[in-house]
Formats: sequence, structure tokens, C-alpha cells
Amino acid sequence: MDKLWLIIKREYLTRVKSKSFLLSTILTPLAFLIFFVIIGFIIGYESKENQKVVIVDKANLLNKVMKDDKNIYYSFSDKNLDELKKEVESGNYNGVLVIPGLDSLLSKKAKAYYYAKTQLGLDAQSNLENELGDKISEYKMEKLGLDKKMLESIKTEVSLDPEPISASQKDESSSTAAVGAGLGTVMGIIMYMSVFIYGTMVMRSVMEEKMSRIVEVMISSVKPFQLMLGKILGVGAVGLTQLLIWMILIPLISITVTAFFGINPHEMQAHSAMAAQSIDPDDAKVMITRMLTEVWSLNWWLILPSFLFYFICGYILYSSLFAAVGSAIGDDLGESQSLTLPITIPVIIGFYIMFAAVRAPQSSLAVWGSLIPLFSPIVMPSRLVFDVPVWQIALSMFILLATTFFFVWLAGRIYRVGILLYGKKASYKELKKWMFYKD
Amino acid sequence: MSFLQIKEVVKTYDKKVAVDHVSFDVPDGTIYGLLGPNGAGKTSLIRIITTITRPDSGEVLFNGEKLAEKHTSFIGYMPEERGFYKKMKVGEQLVYLARLKGLSLADAKQNINYWFEKFEIMDWMGKKVQDLSKGMQQKVQFISTIIHKPKLIILDEPFSGLDPINANLIENEIQLLKQQGVSIIFSTHRMEQVEEICDQIVLINQGKNVLEGDVKEIKNKYKEHLYNVRYVGDVKEGVEKFGKIREHLNNNLIINCDSAQHANDLLKWMIQGGVQITSFNEILPTISDIFIRKVEGKI
Repeated sequence: MDKLWLIIKREYLTRVKSKSFLLSTILTPLAFLIFFVIIGFIIGYESKENQKVVIVDKANLLNKVMKDDKNIYYSFSDKNLDELKKEVESGNYNGVLVIPGLDSLLSKKAKAYYYAKTQLGLDAQSNLENELGDKISEYKMEKLGLDKKMLESIKTEVSLDPEPISASQKDESSSTAAVGAGLGTVMGIIMYMSVFIYGTMVMRSVMEEKMSRIVEVMISSVKPFQLMLGKILGVGAVGLTQLLIWMILIPLISITVTAFFGINPHEMQAHSAMAAQSIDPDDAKVMITRMLTEVWSLNWWLILPSFLFYFICGYILYSSLFAAVGSAIGDDLGESQSLTLPITIPVIIGFYIMFAAVRAPQSSLAVWGSLIPLFSPIVMPSRLVFDVPVWQIALSMFILLATTFFFVWLAGRIYRVGILLYGKKASYKELKKWMFYKD
Repeated sequence: MSFLQIKEVVKTYDKKVAVDHVSFDVPDGTIYGLLGPNGAGKTSLIRIITTITRPDSGEVLFNGEKLAEKHTSFIGYMPEERGFYKKMKVGEQLVYLARLKGLSLADAKQNINYWFEKFEIMDWMGKKVQDLSKGMQQKVQFISTIIHKPKLIILDEPFSGLDPINANLIENEIQLLKQQGVSIIFSTHRMEQVEEICDQIVLINQGKNVLEGDVKEIKNKYKEHLYNVRYVGDVKEGVEKFGKIREHLNNNLIINCDSAQHANDLLKWMIQGGVQITSFNEILPTISDIFIRKVEGKI
């Protein structure tokens, strides 16, 4: 046991003290945050240039009233189009907006014409279209003799409020689904990336030891299984460390960035939401606050430990497979692709099942995906924010644990043969033979 | 008593018999040569002795006990391919390897300092292994092999790539260890090294033990009564009476006599013939000769 601990320590310390670990741990969250800051800037960017637009409203649909939009100033004129065009050329105005009369009060479409040297930007254009649409609606309502207030009361915004059947069930709010999907996807992505990043780290380490022949010296002092397990656990500890650092660093950096640059991440998120879906800014802020409350109200006492369990087991399960494959690869790196592909396929399938699971967390696809051991480390964590029956979680964990033990044992049997064999063409057929070699 | 006893060991890989009922004994305080052509089964045997693999049948006794995991702390192994964690610092790596052999942290550091001072390589301690030259790496590897004061050492081509000075350094250490009672198994293709260093040898061919014993005794056993006579003067006709002439030029005669008696008679005859003998010695077969003749089935 002491030897196992020595190996775990070495595998952990050599990686954690390396420059690449420090760089990737600090740079990755920083890179993400800088990315968001830049996006925030771009979305929130407004042209400061003032534009003067003159409106020709022959049919007087607007009633000589047009709200100025940010830095676009409107004015009305009865002059004819050619005169106004000349005024645009001479710089008095930036553009002429011509609103022809309506064909009929019941026509659903209307066209307006904007004459300018440079056209309006996307935002301004869409705002103008909306504003014109509103004003024409008002005009129509008046002309048709309809009461504006009555018409507005027709529109009803429906929100679905989920209610529990029994008192013991949790009362969810309408944002639970959205928040759950978001969080679930994040957890699924973390699992997916961990398997790849740390799993392949184990594989590369096994290959390096085999190629540099240090493995022969090592297994004259320790059993191959100890070496493999020590490596898996050591690298896993590195992964956990990195995850923990990120969980602390990312909030810290956000706070610092907010303080330094005076950028409010809430506002940024609101901006992006607005730009993406043209939501009213006030609505967006309300949505964000509701989402945050939702996040807080989740059952973190269950979610966090469960996530940790799936993270650890999923990682160990997959990295043991990577170790077994790594022991079979010789100098031919081309072999590595054909051998690692079968391991990556279940990971990718699990990833896609996860996407379906967050949208329908109680569907049979989601349930089976959380029970089958190769998929469960990715699928189940994404469902944890939804009300998953405890028996499902327990069963899933039990199956995963048993499978992990089995796979680690199996990988050990392949590993102990593979690391000593050089020059043999590695294939899954070969690996199967190695499982049965006598010690 | 023999420190290491190999008894009827058999090891088969995938239907090929790599080690075929091999038996031999390695005494205390001996340098024991493990010889054989490529693919003869030496590596398989070494792996069994170092507990990397287990025999299919037969047994290995380590100081009278059946060879087990716990004995690895008393065995030092230097494989032919030098192996290191390239990016690790030399000092750290040696401590790691020593601790895996059961040394405490303090003992490991102490021993490392001792050897580094003895070899005058203290300033390598903080260097990464990949920054050392091949010869330097080999010296460090030798240290890692003996740092835990093993009772049995297996060296596979330990001198390859070393310049004469470093080779000499290592050889001296090996001799010192032998005097301290350590059993050393020395595997090599360099036959001249075997003659210089080994006390006993075993020759493995196609998985079988084809020859073993004391080096001098073996040379005596396979001697061909080859003699070399240098002289001043003229030799009369008739040398052929005493044996087969291998070479006779420039007052240098190499002759294969039928027996030691014939050699004596030859000398007497030459002296009586007025020849002045300047030197006379028996040419014993080299281990290389014996090796080749044995493997080719000639003896």
C-alpha cells in the first residue's frame, strides 16, 4: 500500500508542479472570461454618431410624431423627394424616410423607403421597423374605430407553473426546466471534457513509460497493477485539483473584472439575451434574477456529492480503458487512433443522450442513459437538477461502481502484458488474449 | 550455500518455450555471467529472477526461500535499455526509485549523497535526466540499481556506451560489491568482458542450459592443447610429429598438440636441437570460441 501511495504522490506532484499545469489552470478561466468580456463589448457597442432623418409621410400615418431613437433624430417635411435627396447630399440630413400610404386598412404588410448614402445599422433598422409598425397599428385602430386599450387586453401572456401532486414533492417554478437544462449541460460538458483530457493524459503517460523503458525498472519494484492504479489515481487527483481551482478562480475573476472594468456581468448577460431574442431589457433582468434564485434553491446537498461521485467513477472507468490501450501502443502512434476510437465512441454517444435528457429528463432514453455504466457518468449528472427518483440514482451509482471495479481489474490484466511486449502489432484481438495470460 | 537457485524453470509464451527446464546456482559473492545468443531466453529468465514474471513450473529460491514480492527490496536490476522519467530531476528520481525499494526518505537521501560524492557528480543532482549525456545517464542508473544495498544484482550490458574511464569506475564498484558478498548476475555479449570479470558462467541456448561452471574450469575442459612457442634459432624438420601446426612464421609457432605430454616432448626436442626458447605458453580457448562452438553444436 505504501508503494501505491508513493506512485500516486509522484504522478500527482510531477504534474501539478509543471509549468503546463499552472498555465492551463490559470489561462483557461481567464480565456473564457476575456471571451465573454469581448462579446459583451461587441454586443453592447453603440455607434455614437448622430443621425438626422427626415420623414415624408404623405398619408400622415404617423401624425407628425416619431420618437427619437438613441442617436437618430427624426423630423417631418412636406418638401418633395428630389429636394430632400439633395439635402442629404449636402449633408443637412443623413437620410430620407418615405412612408407611402396604405393600400387598405386591412393589409398586413407595409413598405417604407429609406434613401441614404449609408444605410442604417441592423439595430437601428429593426427598431425603426418596430416603431413604424406600432404607429401604423395605432393609425389603423383609430381609423377602424377600435379601442386601443381593449385591443391590448386581448393579448394574454401565459406562463406554465408546475405544481406537485403530493406534499413531499418539490414545488418547482417555471424556470426550473430552463435552469436545469443549462446546469445539466454544463455538468455533462465537464464530464465529457474530463474524460478526454485526463483520460488521454493517463494514456500518454503509460506510453511514455513503455517507450522510455522506465517501466521495466518500475515493475521490478512494484506490481504492474499498482503502477497503473497509482497513475490513474494520481492523474485523477490532478483533475480534481484543477476543477477545484477553477470553481474558486472563476467567481473570483468575475468579481475582479466587474470591479475593475465596471462591467456588470448581469447587464452583459441581459444584453446578450436581448440581442439574441429581442427581449425587453427589464424582462431580461427579471429573467436573470429568477434564474439565479432558481439555481440557489436547488438541492445542492444531493447534487454536488453525486456529481463528485460520477466525476470520480466516470474518470476512473474511462482512464483505465485508456491505460490498457496505452500499454498496447508501441512506437507507432498511428496505431493509437484505431485503438482509442472505440473508447471515445461511448463518450460521444453519452454526450448526445445528455442533450436529449436535459430536455426530457424523465423519458426512457434519459433513464436508460443514466443507468448504463458507460453513459451514466455523463447523463446522470445532467439530470440531477431535475427530480430524479432516489432509487434511480442509487441503482445507477451501484451499477457504475461495480462496472468501474470490473473494468479496472480487466485493464490491469491487459496492462501487465502490454507494457512488456514490444513490436507486437496491437489490436483488440491481441488485447483480448492478454486478459487470459497467466501471471 | 548458493544465494540464488534456479530449479527446472519453464516459461512458455504463446506456444513458444522460452525457458526450457533451466537449472543453475549463483553463489554468494560471485560475478556470474549469463550468456547466450539473441532470443535464447536470457531476458525471460531475467524477468523471472526479478519477479516481473512468474515461471510456469519449477522454482526459484532466494537465499533458501521461495522467491516472493518481498525479495524485490533485495534485488537490483539494470535493464539493457536505459529507462528514465526524462523530465524528472535526477535527485528526485533516485529518491523515488529508492523508496519504491523500501528505503525511507532519509536513508534514500543519505545513500544518494554518498554515491554522488563518491562518483563526484554532485552537481548533477538538480538536473533533468534528459539533460544528461548517455554515459552520464548510465552512471546514474547504476547508482539507482545499487542504492538500496541489494544482495542480488542483475546487470544487463552495463558497460555499453561507457568510455573506458567510466567503464573502469563501474567495474571497480562491481568488484567491491562482490567482495562484500553480493551476488552479481552479469549478462552480456562482450565475451572479453566475461573473461575478465566473471567467476562463473551459464550459457543458455534455445531456452536450455547448455553449459555452466567456473570460467577457468570450463576453459580447461575445452582446451585443445594449443601451445605457443617463441624461439631464437632454427628449427629442424619434424615439428609435425608433435601435433597439428596452426601457424609457424617468424620464429613463432602455434601448434595443436595431442596432449600435454607431447607439448613437453616438443620443447625437449627443440631445446636439444639447439633452439633457444624465449616463451612457451598454453593458449586456452576463449569463452567466445567455446560459446560459438557450443552453439554450433561442435562441442
